[in-house]
Order: sequence, then structure tokens, then C-alpha cells
Amino acid sequence: METDSNKIIDEVTQGEYKYGFVTDIETEFAPRGLNEDTIRYISERKNEPEFMLEFRLKAFRHWLTMKQPVWAHLSIPPIDFQDIIYYAAPKKKTTVGSLDEVDPELLATFNKLGISLEEQKKLSGVAVDAVIDSVSVKTTFSETLSKYGIIFCSFSDAVQNHPDLIKQYMGSVVPYTDNFFAALNSAVFSDGSFCYIPKGVRCPVELSTYFRINAANTGQFERTLIIADEGAYVSYMEGCTAPQRDENQLHAAIVEIVVRKDAEVKYSTVQNWYPGDKNGKGGIYNFVTKRGICKGNHSKISWTQVETGSAITWKYPSCILLGDHSVGEFYSVAVTNNHQQADTGSKMLHLGKNTRSTIISKGISAGKSNNSYRGLVRISKNATHSRNYSQCDSLLLGPSCGAHTFPYIQAENKSSVVEHEATTSKISEDQLFYCQQRGIDMESAIGLIVNGYAKEVLKQLPMEFAVEAQKLLSISLEGSVW
Amino acid sequence: MLLQIKNLHAGINGKEILRGVDLEVDKGEVHAIMGPNGTGKSTLASVIAGREAFEVTSGEIFYQGKNLQKLSVEERAREGIFLGFQYPVEIPGVSITNFMRTAVNEIRKYKGLDALPGGEFIKLMEERKKLVEITSNLTNRSVNEGFSGGEKKKNEIFQMAMLEPTLAILDETDSGLDIDALRIVANGVNKLRRVDNAFLVITHYQRLLEYIVPDFVHVLYEGRIVKSGGKELAIELEDRGYDWIKQEQV
Ligand SMILES: Nc1ncnc2c1ncn2[C@@H]1O[C@H](COP(=O)(O)OP(=O)(O)OP(=O)(O)O)[C@@H](O)[C@H]1O
Ligand SMILES: [Mg+2]
Repeated sequence: METDSNKIIDEVTQGEYKYGFVTDIETEFAPRGLNEDTIRYISERKNEPEFMLEFRLKAFRHWLTMKQPVWAHLSIPPIDFQDIIYYAAPKKKTTVGSLDEVDPELLATFNKLGISLEEQKKLSGVAVDAVIDSVSVKTTFSETLSKYGIIFCSFSDAVQNHPDLIKQYMGSVVPYTDNFFAALNSAVFSDGSFCYIPKGVRCPVELSTYFRINAANTGQFERTLIIADEGAYVSYMEGCTAPQRDENQLHAAIVEIVVRKDAEVKYSTVQNWYPGDKNGKGGIYNFVTKRGICKGNHSKISWTQVETGSAITWKYPSCILLGDHSVGEFYSVAVTNNHQQADTGSKMLHLGKNTRSTIISKGISAGKSNNSYRGLVRISKNATHSRNYSQCDSLLLGPSCGAHTFPYIQAENKSSVVEHEATTSKISEDQLFYCQQRGIDMESAIGLIVNGYAKEVLKQLPMEFAVEAQKLLSISLEGSVW
Repeated sequence: MLLQIKNLHAGINGKEILRGVDLEVDKGEVHAIMGPNGTGKSTLASVIAGREAFEVTSGEIFYQGKNLQKLSVEERAREGIFLGFQYPVEIPGVSITNFMRTAVNEIRKYKGLDALPGGEFIKLMEERKKLVEITSNLTNRSVNEGFSGGEKKKNEIFQMAMLEPTLAILDETDSGLDIDALRIVANGVNKLRRVDNAFLVITHYQRLLEYIVPDFVHVLYEGRIVKSGGKELAIELEDRGYDWIKQEQV
């Protein structure tokens, strides 16, 4: 039986990363390293107003006083922050009015990724903002959306065109003092997406951002800010890929969400950064701070993530439930294979009365990987009659991987209820035999079982994302699609 | 000859369970295998299906002229061998529809056929559901998860109907069925009987054999087929139990 499961693991680890191509685009770089000049360079390139430069410099000076956190269940090789290029941009003019003006190589890249902007625009009714290396390339659909008063554009454009909104909200959920990587991002962030949904508007399409790292030795630091005004609704999707490279690349992003009274934001991520090769060489270091605040009563934030990529993942999408009756949700599938490490989970901070939160986490580990769930549920004194339900399941494929659960619960009033459940399981030989007896080979059987295991989370994803995610789960574990 | 088993010895973890099984099954036939608990009936079924946990130490199994030991579990399945499990396994989150669709299409791919279009698959499924009188939305539920004992068995027969095997081995499909379900399952099997397929029915009860009339009845005892006969043998066993057979062996 041992040799059998070893065989499965071997087969499972042959899965190849299919997004590992590099696009040959002329790129402009900031000088390697990080100091105030780098920050001035970035700000200048982006033609930023003074307040942005000030924000960046304050963040940078604060970052200098901070140390990289060590509390996660991760073994992180030392990162030389002076050996990174903090800004890379395709050389061709990027302020384009129509798709025809976008560098054809770049469009080809997106086609390879399976996201033809043109197609997306026409067929799916999904509005896309695509960020390659540091620059936001094209936001489709902006015009249509503007009819509803919806602003969906690159972060840089928002800085130029909606500086008041940026000033008001940037850093209001994740201040630059929040943590080491948030400070770093605040100092050097390059671009990202911005979205504002006005009062009472239900965004008629899914909004979507694709992030792609292309250039070597560069970090990617994007920043997303989503604001849903009273009674607004938006479903937002984020996808990420990177080429296959021997060296590690740094990615440190910030996502901030502000949700007002009766509004709802649904944020879905399929994270498929390059995970490194079979022996753990290369791969993206992914340090992300994602946080939303339910500011008004009866507001809701729902995070759904499918994490299959990155060599290291450090990520805890969180909800601050400030408004009474506000709701926070976190649905996560994290797959680690080979030498990947993930330390991910959520924070639910209950401040308002009658607030509710749900955490459903499914960790799937294979190879020699390590997969940890880390979650904090804090119910403050005033958050009376609040509830949390957390369920953290781990699925182990093979004998050499690890799964860990670190739940932290702080309940400061007696009228609230916190429930936590955790399970660890394996794919049984019985299940595999049953599938194989029906003519399904082992790889497909594993894909089927794993997808079934993650179903509770996958069903939270928007349709077009769910199909992609299902394939990805199978691919990242085995190299074949069911 | 569809299935030919010659002096088969097999076991698990060094423990011998099958000690020289000989059996021949031809197309169009129904064979019943009976015998006391723990004598190796399920083991025989697993070994024919190719479960790797069991080790064949000697003997041979031929199926449609092919040496089965050279084929993997899924290849055997794709070649038309079906095992209705004594204890069907739960696969959480995987709907029967999705499971069957995967199975049907893997088998079609093996045969060089294109995947069945969604609409046709649904049609096929509805048709086969009728065959086993599944009226509920059982097929939308996860494979065997939370199924009652009887539902699990019905589901096995439904899957058999979907896959239309050449050799179907039904391991105690009648256990745990109520009178009506027993009749439904038996009817399902009878409707699927053809001149070019065969059934190996493992059971403890002659009652099932009143519905599915076997051409041969075999008694498996201590890893060997020690007695074979017609359907009257099952009636005799029902009357007399196994003691007389055990005695004959001494
Ligand atoms: N995985 C296993 N590990 C160890 N022993 C096993 C295993 N599977 C079966 N056996 C043993 O092999 C013998 C035959 O088992 P088998 O399940 O084939 O019996 P059976 O004839 O189907 O019995 P029943 O009528 O109770 O279903 C039993 O003694 C059983 O305990
Ligand atoms: Mg048995």
C-alpha cells in the first residue's frame, strides 16, 4: 500500500505549470534596489500628485524600522530587498484608448493565458483590468460601466482622475503601518485596480483583474481598492500567473475593500503564480494583505480564494465587521504540492452587534509541501449576539506532506457563539479502487475526489471562474484534466 | 469462454485466501456464488477486478482470451468488467452524475469514441434511472454519501446499467434490500441480461435466485469452489445450511 501511495504521489508531482512562458516585450526598469530615490523614480514615472509621493515616503521610512515577520509556519529563505527591481513597465505607451493600441505581444500573452481581452469584452460580459509587471494595461468596459456611475480603472488612473477618493480611502483599511509587507507595498506599489460602485447600484457584470509577472528579477506590488457605497453590489475576480524562472520573485500586494450600509462585495481569487519546480527551485513568494471593512449596518464581504500557485503563500483575507448585522465570509481552497508552503487563513473581527462570520477552509497537501491554516476570530465586548462558524479541513495526499491548523479565538462577550471544527483526512485506497473500477484512471480519480472535497468552496465562485478553478485543482495535482 | 479461472491462489499481506479456484463463465450465463462468511467470495471478486492490495500467487485468469493480470483495474473496467460492491464507498462532493459522466467518457475514450454530448448523457441517465426505478434526484447527490444501505445497492445497479458491462460481478447486492427493492434490482439485472454478457452473482440467499435464475450455483468454501450445481443446489443449501458441505470436505 505504501509503494502504491508513493506511486500516486510520483504521478501527482509530474503536473507541469502551463503558464510558464515569458513574453518578449520591451521593458523599462527602475534601477535595482530600494531607497528614497527608487520611490521618487516610481512616483515620477507615474506622474503622481504630491500627496502620493508623501504617502510612499512615509511608508518607506516606516518600513525601514520594521522587521520581516517570522511567526508564520513557513521557512522563508532570506530575501535581499536591495536585489530586487521595484518597477518594470512595458516600454510602449500604455495609456491606450482602444485595444488596437495595445502591444500585440502583450495581447498575445493574454491570449495564451486564455483571457483574450477582446473575447472577454464581447462574450462574457466580464470587465477586465490586466496588470502586467507593474503597469495596468487595459481596462475593458469602462465606458459601459461609467453609465452606471461605476468607476473601474487602474489604480494609477484613479490617482490621476479621482484623487479625492484615493485620498479618502487608500490606507484606511490597511494602513502602511499594518505589517512589514504592507509598508513595503505602500512605498513601492506600482499599479493595480480601482473600483467604486455608487449608491444603490448593482454592478451588472463581474469585474475582473488579471495580474501577470513577466520581467525577471522584478517584484510585483499591486494595490487594489474597492469601494461599495450604500446598497451597492459587486462581484470581483482576480487571477494571477507568472513565468517559470529559476530564481524566486517577490509579490507583495494589498487589497482594501470598503463596504457601506446594505452593500455587498464578493471577492474571488484564483491564485496561480508559478509555484517553483519539483525540487523547489524558483517560484513566487506571495505576501499579501487583504482586508475589508463592513462599515455600515447589514453590509457583507465574502472572500473566496483558490490558491494553487506560489512557492510561499502568506495571506489572510480578513473582515472588520464594524456595522451591526454585518456579515463576513471566507471560503478557501489551498493546494500545495512538491515543496510549496502555504500559511493562509482569515481574520474575522467582530465589532458590531449581531455580526456573523463563516470560515470554510480546505487545505490539500501533496509531495513534500506544508499547508497551514491560521485564523483569528475575535468577538469584541460590544459585538453582542454575534456568531462565527469555522470549519478547517485538511486532505493529505501521501506521507511526506504536512497540514497544520492554528485557530485563535477571542470571545469577549457571553451572548456570542463561536464554533470551530477541524478534520484531517486522506484519499483512501477504497475510494481510488472504486473510481478505477468504473474505468477512471488514478490521476483523474484524484482530480475528481479533490474537486469533490473542495466543492463547498468552489461553488462560491462565479461560473466562469469555477470551471477554471476545477481544472486548476486537477492540474496542480496531476497534470491532467478531468 | 468469457471468463476462465484456473487454479487461482491469491491472498493479502502474506495470508492466503483463495486456494485454487477454478471457474468458467460463458456469455449468456448467470452464475451464483454462495458460501459461508469469510470464505473468500469478495476476495475473488476483487481479484477479478484487479485490486492491487491482493496478490495473485499462482494460477491464471483469462477474460475474452486476455490474461487479466496484465491489465490495470481501470483497463479491466473499460474492457467490460463491472463490480457491484458489497460495501459501496462514499465520495463526498462528487455527484453521481459527474461521477458517471467521467466514467462513461473514460470508457468511451478507451474505445476510441468521442465524449458523449451533455444532452445525450442526460437522456441515457434518465433512461437507466427508470430501469432501476430511481425516481428521486438521487443522481444529484454525492456518490453514496448519506445513502441508506438499500440506496447504495440500487446505485450500484444503476451504475451497472449505465456502463453496460460484459461481465458483471454483483457482490451481495441483495443484502440490506427490502422486498420491493430486491424485486427492482433483480428486474434491472434481468432486463440487462443478453446473450453476449454474463453475471456472477454473490449471495447468501436463495430468494434472490428466485428472481435472477442462475444457470449454475457454486459453493465457495475455504478459498475453493467445492461444489457446483444447478439452481436446485441453492434450494438445498437454504434447507440444509453448509454443515454437510463442510463435512464432505473433511
Ligand atoms: N484487506 C484484508 N486484510 C486482511 N484480511 C482480509 C482482507 N480482506 C479480506 N480478508 C480476509 O479474507 C477472508 C475472506 O474475506 P472475504 O471478504 O473474501 O469473505 P466473503 O466470502 O466475501 O465473506 P462475507 O460472506 O462475509 O462477505 C476473511 O477471513 C477476511 O477476514
Ligand atoms: Mg463478501
